[in-house]
Amino acid sequence: MGTGPLLLLASLEGLVMAAVLALAAVGLSLTFGVMRVVNVAHGEFYMLGAVLAWAVAQFVPSAPMGFVAALIFAPLAVGALAWLTDTALLKRLNYNPESTIVATIGLSYLLQQGALSFFGPDARAVQAPFELRLQFPWFGYSGYKLFVIAAALAVLAAVWWILSRSRAGLVMRATQVDRNTARAFGINVDRVYAGTFALGAGLAALAAVLIVPISQAHYLMGHDPLLLSFIVVIIGGLGSLRGTLIAALIIGLSDGILSMLYPPTLAKILATLVVALVLVFRPQGLFGAKA
Amino acid sequence: MQRIEGLRIEGLTAGYGATTILRDVSLMAEPGRVTCVMGRNGAGKTTLLRSIMGQTARRTGRILLDEIALQDLPAHEVPRHGIGYVPQGRRLFGPLSVAENLEIGLMTRGKGASTREAVLDLFPRLRDRLTQAAGTLSGGEQQMLALARALCLEPSVLLLDEPTEGLQPSMIQLIRDSITRLKAQGVAIILVEQRVEAVLSIADSVAFMAQGQVAEVVPAMGLTPGAEPFRRYIGV
Repeated sequence: MGTGPLLLLASLEGLVMAAVLALAAVGLSLTFGVMRVVNVAHGEFYMLGAVLAWAVAQFVPSAPMGFVAALIFAPLAVGALAWLTDTALLKRLNYNPESTIVATIGLSYLLQQGALSFFGPDARAVQAPFELRLQFPWFGYSGYKLFVIAAALAVLAAVWWILSRSRAGLVMRATQVDRNTARAFGINVDRVYAGTFALGAGLAALAAVLIVPISQAHYLMGHDPLLLSFIVVIIGGLGSLRGTLIAALIIGLSDGILSMLYPPTLAKILATLVVALVLVFRPQGLFGAKA
Repeated sequence: MQRIEGLRIEGLTAGYGATTILRDVSLMAEPGRVTCVMGRNGAGKTTLLRSIMGQTARRTGRILLDEIALQDLPAHEVPRHGIGYVPQGRRLFGPLSVAENLEIGLMTRGKGASTREAVLDLFPRLRDRLTQAAGTLSGGEQQMLALARALCLEPSVLLLDEPTEGLQPSMIQLIRDSITRLKAQGVAIILVEQRVEAVLSIADSVAFMAQGQVAEVVPAMGLTPGAEPFRRYIGV
């Protein structure tokens, strides 16, 4: 295969990764942006989404129906768990930044070990909802992977619409700016926080359901998405949706292309190097506001 | 606007965390009357307003809007009973547009387009700035917006924390005129203010605070700029 087709293939792989990463990272960015909570358990919400997708697929014999059921059920279940976590844990800590970091570290271990206990140590495959291979002149490519890109774009567009055009988004943005003043105008900040935490976790779970027919479910699969989501959110600027999307594209594409040409570890090294450079020269991220 | 008998604060002791700021404060705000709260920095004026809004830790005492015990409500439910609040420093939602700031006010009590238009008629300059980010407005425009946002609740009680602070004279007059109009409409107003001449021009009574307590409440009529309470409690 020539360099051009190889680059095209690598870019497509990178776009798939960028799409999934953008979904997960937007969830993390929302949680930090609105609540100022650094959710270290975000990767485990992602893992839980994948594990639940596998579990749901076992109950529904038809592959397309099983996938659709997982696509609906897993984000809702993970979102509900996140809502419960917010009410039972984060709210009681008064959303103190340091305490919530420690609490979500504890939660991540609980979720990980819970998945190991109930799900086992083996990686499990989930069948893609459809088998379609698009034939390019130089190579064939999975139609499902292109579906992942399209689905992620659709969800991200919906998130953008909710945040910028809906009343719920207006309330979230007002709470992000000043929670005390938001309360003085009738906004139930506790509910906004719980909803935001649930939405963030639900997006991570949704990303995992989309990717699990490609990469399999495993109880340790939350590590990489957590690290990369943090990288994306830091590069993009904490709390900036636009920055998160652009950073996800940069990291996803560079990871996809470099992983195709060089050992995958090199891609991770480069991403980490980019974060270091951004932190040195633009600590607020590409699109973040100066403190 | 709903008609009320008044806002009554009885023996309120409150503060932040373990720190007590207000001690046994009692005060009454009646419809169509402006109660000014004066005192030195740290006397507890802002804490009093924040306590009414449910934003402090209450130890004892009651805050009654007619028969509704506001002190038992979560903070976000207090404004839904018609308590409008213009906090010190405006506290606008800066990155949000003027229209979005007003929308937040309208949503509080489910008010609609007619309320929005009435408020914009009071502050026509805001009509030209609807899509502009609130944080980019001038100081005077920001204060207009802070007041307009509170008026979107159609409040029966309005709490104003130093609304003329840092404004130029024409803007101060505009804010004063707005307060006078609201008073005529029957709104009960509690105004924290440091300027003696402003207080004397619009107040019906003045509550002087010192060390977290209401030391004295006197009718504004008959008070002069050099009157003894001003000298004793704010040092002018």
